[in-house]
Amino acid sequence: MQLTLWTYEGPPHVGAMRIVTAMRGMHYVLHAPQGDTYADLLFTMIERRSKRPPVTYTTFQARDLGGDTAELFQRAARDAYETFKPEAMIVGASCTGELIQDDPAGLATALNLPIPVIPLELPSYQKKENWGAAETFYRIVRALAQPKPPRSGTHPTCNILGPCALGFRHRDDLKEIKSLLSDLGIAINVVAPEGASPADISRLADADFNVVLYTEIAGPAAEFLKKQFGQNFSKTIPIGVNATREFIEEICALAGLAVPVEMDASRLPWYSRSVDSTYLTGKRVFIFGDATHALAMARVAREEIGFTVCGLGTYTREFAREVRAAAADLGVAPLISDDYLEIEKAIIAAQPELVLGTQMERHIAKRLGLPCAVISAPVHVQDFPARFSPVMGFEGANVLFDSLVHPLMMGLEEHLLGLFRDDFEFNDQAAPSHLGPSKQAQPETPPDFAGWTVEAEKELKKIPFFVRGKARRNTETFARERGIASISVETLYDAKAHFGR
Amino acid sequence: MSALNILNRPASAGCDRPVLRERGQHEVFCGLTGIVWLHRKIQDAFFLIVGSRTCAHLMQSAAGVMIFAEPRFATAIIEERDLAGLADMHDELDRVVTQLLERRPDIKLLFLVGSCPSEVIKLDLSRAAERLSQKTLPQTRILAYTGSGIETTFTQGEDSCLTSLVPTMPTTQDKNLLIAGTMADVVEDQFRALFAAIGITNIGFLPARHAGEMPAVGPNTQLLLAQPFLGETVKALEARGATRIDAPFPFGAEGSELWFRAAAKAFGIAQERVTPAIEAPRERARRAVARHRDTLDGKSIFFFPDSQLEIPLARFLSRELGMRPLEIGTPYLHRGILGADMDLLPDALVSEGQDVDRQLARCRAEKPDLTVCGLGLANPLEAEGLRTKWSIELVFSPVHGFEQAGDLAELFARPLERTSRLRV
Ligand code: SF4
Ligand code: SF4
Repeated sequence: MQLTLWTYEGPPHVGAMRIVTAMRGMHYVLHAPQGDTYADLLFTMIERRSKRPPVTYTTFQARDLGGDTAELFQRAARDAYETFKPEAMIVGASCTGELIQDDPAGLATALNLPIPVIPLELPSYQKKENWGAAETFYRIVRALAQPKPPRSGTHPTCNILGPCALGFRHRDDLKEIKSLLSDLGIAINVVAPEGASPADISRLADADFNVVLYTEIAGPAAEFLKKQFGQNFSKTIPIGVNATREFIEEICALAGLAVPVEMDASRLPWYSRSVDSTYLTGKRVFIFGDATHALAMARVAREEIGFTVCGLGTYTREFAREVRAAAADLGVAPLISDDYLEIEKAIIAAQPELVLGTQMERHIAKRLGLPCAVISAPVHVQDFPARFSPVMGFEGANVLFDSLVHPLMMGLEEHLLGLFRDDFEFNDQAAPSHLGPSKQAQPETPPDFAGWTVEAEKELKKIPFFVRGKARRNTETFARERGIASISVETLYDAKAHFGR
Repeated sequence: MSALNILNRPASAGCDRPVLRERGQHEVFCGLTGIVWLHRKIQDAFFLIVGSRTCAHLMQSAAGVMIFAEPRFATAIIEERDLAGLADMHDELDRVVTQLLERRPDIKLLFLVGSCPSEVIKLDLSRAAERLSQKTLPQTRILAYTGSGIETTFTQGEDSCLTSLVPTMPTTQDKNLLIAGTMADVVEDQFRALFAAIGITNIGFLPARHAGEMPAVGPNTQLLLAQPFLGETVKALEARGATRIDAPFPFGAEGSELWFRAAAKAFGIAQERVTPAIEAPRERARRAVARHRDTLDGKSIFFFPDSQLEIPLARFLSRELGMRPLEIGTPYLHRGILGADMDLLPDALVSEGQDVDRQLARCRAEKPDLTVCGLGLANPLEAEGLRTKWSIELVFSPVHGFEQAGDLAELFARPLERTSRLRV
């Protein structure tokens, strides 16, 4: 048993729902109790989809358990076929359905429906949402994809794999990457799962290669297509200017095209070099999310904005190795966890000036009074913005510059705050002025080192708050190392001189 | 039947109005959801769900943005090794509870909340609660109840929780008024003051705001329900000697008036004494409700089953705002408890249980002006051109009593208001 306050991922059948909800002409018959229908609201409320997810739940009750829940499942599947007339169906069980061992696969096959019925085995007590999504997509591709007919066209073609329901910015990433590919002269055969019908899946093999945008979702399907039909797939995730350039090179190699000479279309490099961005330099940022986004954001933060990454982690255990390697490269301890309290602890210890995370880290950051930007699922309704805001491609890099910088103080503002820190309306308790007039609590790091004198504590308050945590830490280390029991104003400045940049 | 006569109707008068019983896919939360409001109400209680990742995910999705400093609910997620018998579940539960109480020594009352998985594998949480209590009392009392989706629908989770509290309530021989059902603190305070003006001062609320303050019950207890979904709680309290007062639920000016009058009657207080006490708030409520009459009068309304509040709400909306209920769906119809409201209901189809696809078909055919439904259905119906009101808000907002009657009407008026304003 695992004590859990908040979860980063739902159960694996929610992953399966993310695939079918993205697709057309598919239906999912899920052996599950009524409460599990809550999952519909993830799609209709959080993502504001205008259609119900194509899911029929059997909603068995306690009184059915003694009787025939298998018959209930078959009736639900038959009715779902009659009502929705899907082109293909997936069937499976949620955690409770799994326990009553009714064998949805066998029961559905016995119905002899005139459409492909794809059984799912999603072990709810071992696996989680992203795994469930990847497994479901893989099963669908495996069941439906047909061998390649002889090629007729001359233009290179590709599939885009990975965008699905409830993904972080999938909708906009897809639009951006589609236009990037079309600029390169590459035709798109199928996008899947988003918008794909079972018929579309059946002709995946028509393309020359696959573009994988979200490894967590499309990795296993892409591996299968490579093994089965010899389709190569891209491995670079085009988040950030550098990664987008490498992505273009990789795609051109896959398509047998020359890499275009002129391809830079992002404002990020200039914005990062312009003088106002001096204040971004070396800002400590803590990054946590799914592996794809955490890794990509760490690179953007370090290489393209000049932040110092002071913490890197993921809840995606499947990619722990990659995240460990990146963390080692950055010189920070990797955090592989889905324990919300552990992550909170790590954030407090790292003393970041900016947190990039999921909705959970947003709540942590809010409590700690730290600026934060959301860079990964799980997300809330406000992270499905009305405006076009991809994080992939060159436009995505522009969006990233804005969204990573927006929560912070503007350059001059920060200096003025340092100068006039006791100003009654312009002090370090005030939120950045471009975020509106609201006051934001900036809780102090609690003094855990007993030896601060009142004067030194006062002096510490005069140091701009965005470096105060660091100053406190350094001074305490300095004092401890020298066996100084009581930190005076003198000690504070000695330490400052010692650690001075 | 006229409104004031409702207080004199024979107790046995159930409604013999036909009810459509449906038995298909339900699109309703399970009883775990009650934790979202119960943990805010009982301020030193913690709710530990013993369940699956799905249960944890449901709680998080239903609680939405309500991520507090540290929530007073959590899930002990059952894992493969528990099921495979590699770990003894009771040992595991002991470990988790110990871990939890070490972290939160301020917790006075810990609920072990059963879920579908814990029930299917027949994990006996009541026994576990008893066993664990011996270690943790007097500091922390541990109780168990079920919020599972195979046993409970949405608000029935509160019924199940309150039922588990009944044995812990002290016994009294005094004549007292016991009001059952979670309401906002501010509403409780208003009610306490109004009852005092009427002449009833020995009042308890179930659940109380703190674990150690649960109200007393005994043979002279008059039980007045504030929420209609408390069938099991009523049975448990009746077994402790309480007598339930039959009344419509306190929604709207009329519902609230009848509710107070029914209590006064049960206490042998003359109705003439009630009138001056409630006159001012009742007039305020009437005025506040009337402000929304233009928007809602004559409009048709369709209820999908959700909280069991549907029948009293339909009664309020039809009698005080002139709305026309087309179908009133309820997950479960307790005729005894809802008899008074049923009698004041206009002609409309009452349906119990659900077959969501068939109900959607009826709803589309009827094209109601307003549809009350759960979060999973609201946006899809809006996209089809229907106006909707999320039912969950009716449970999460203070809507009881005179002072909230206007707010309650406003919850229904706002979606229509939005439509009339938007020009896009
Ligand atoms: S319906 Fe059952 S399994 Fe699903 S969330 Fe509710 S208690 Fe958990
Ligand atoms: S409304 Fe009253 S009179 Fe009519 S059927 Fe129901 S109980 Fe009988």
